[in-house]
Amino acid sequence: MTTTTTGRAALLVLADGRFPAGGHAHSGGAEAAVAAGRVHDAVSLEAFCRGRLGTAGLVAAALAAAAAAGVDPLLLDEAADARTPSPALRATGRKLGRQLMRAARACWPSPALDALAAARPRGVHQPVVLGLAAAAAGLGPLDAAYAAAYEAVSGPATAAVRLLSLDPFDATAVLARLAPELDHVAQRAVLAAESALDSDVDALPAASAPLLEIAAEQHAAWPVRLFAS
Amino acid sequence: MTTVALPCAAPSGVRATARIVATPDGRGGTALPVLDGAGPLALRRTRSARPGAAQVTVVGAMSAPLGGDHLSLRARVLPGARLTVGSAAATVSLPGRNGARAGYDVRLTVGAGAELRWLPEPLIAAAGSDLAMTTRVELAEGARLVLREELVLGRAGEQPGRLASRLTVRGGGRTLLDQEIAVGPGAPGWSGPAVLDRYRAMGQLLVVEPRFEEHAPPAAALPSDPAEGEALLTPLAGPAVLVTALARDALTARRLLDAGHAAVAPSAG
Repeated sequence: MTTTTTGRAALLVLADGRFPAGGHAHSGGAEAAVAAGRVHDAVSLEAFCRGRLGTAGLVAAALAAAAAAGVDPLLLDEAADARTPSPALRATGRKLGRQLMRAARACWPSPALDALAAARPRGVHQPVVLGLAAAAAGLGPLDAAYAAAYEAVSGPATAAVRLLSLDPFDATAVLARLAPELDHVAQRAVLAAESALDSDVDALPAASAPLLEIAAEQHAAWPVRLFAS
Repeated sequence: MTTVALPCAAPSGVRATARIVATPDGRGGTALPVLDGAGPLALRRTRSARPGAAQVTVVGAMSAPLGGDHLSLRARVLPGARLTVGSAAATVSLPGRNGARAGYDVRLTVGAGAELRWLPEPLIAAAGSDLAMTTRVELAEGARLVLREELVLGRAGEQPGRLASRLTVRGGGRTLLDQEIAVGPGAPGWSGPAVLDRYRAMGQLLVVEPRFEEHAPPAAALPSDPAEGEALLTPLAGPAVLVTALARDALTARRLLDAGHAAVAPSAG
């Protein structure tokens, strides 16, 4: 599994926060963490993002890399379910998957995306769609892993600017400081995807973040909220 | 009460595999044709409060307590049998002499119509320890499972050791649950606001029952004071319910898991 050096510009399109796949409406758990007083400044935002990157971010990156590498997307969707105890987070993952599917099919028409959309009209988990979208865009597993890992931290960081009136410079500096860890997570995700290709999806990481799961269900029950998750 | 394994003379650590096989005894009860302790894992048949079930207590270390040790525990519950496994005391994971990681593998298989209740006492990761634990469960058609895992980071007033614990449960040809928790020094963001924050005890209680295929309870937070702990009951994508608890200490985590367990118990008793 090697990364193509051509087509890199497609990665910028896919990973752009303005890519119209609905991600801007989600805080990645930041809204609940802010309300609980756990995230209140740039330092606590960085700790939140680091924990999310090493758990949900690693799992998403591995699922995306595996999908881009050709592992059966329906098995990957089941693997995502098994790694997501919270029904609210499973629903969010599928909703974001449906939205990404629409955008990706418009940008990079592909039989693989068409087949997955037909097989699961109610949506599959977003990282799985992201991996197939990356492949459709001519990108490789490592690119898919980068896009998923980056999204795991850029979503909360952007949301924190709105939720805390955080200085955008400070929020972006958090992402810059996490860059070496993003590199590490993307590499680990590709190695795991290679293992999954050789064996089965149980070889993918299953790193969990209990507070993200607990807070997601609490947040889903709020009558009024700024972000959908 | 806790069990602390004493340093062992073997430089490369202990390697041991303990085995349990439970089978129907033909008289409505459960027999244990295999009950083989090994190394620090001593097994005792104890009195069961549940009719028709056999009960085993793991005496001594319930896990790999010293760096370099590699322990396995295998339990097979054959079709129609009912087995409860507990432990006599909490287990303390301790550092070895050379900083090597310890491993502890638990493999559980539950046959058709059989029941396993896997209810060990907490595992405590002492300062300087490094343990990788894996628990894999295979469930046949109609199998029932109650599985509890409690992890405590550090003894009282102590820094935690490293602990990674992965729980994979397969049933009906798919993976029902796959969760790995990695905490302690070196685990990214583990004490931050996404993973554990200030909590130092966590617990999972998994209940798999065929009746959840039709009627699983909805997701619900369990009542608690967030200063003490938080817990959540969630239906999984399969006939299973998971209770997840985070707490200041092991006693609070147990209380929350017990409350979650009571909430999913059959109402008719």
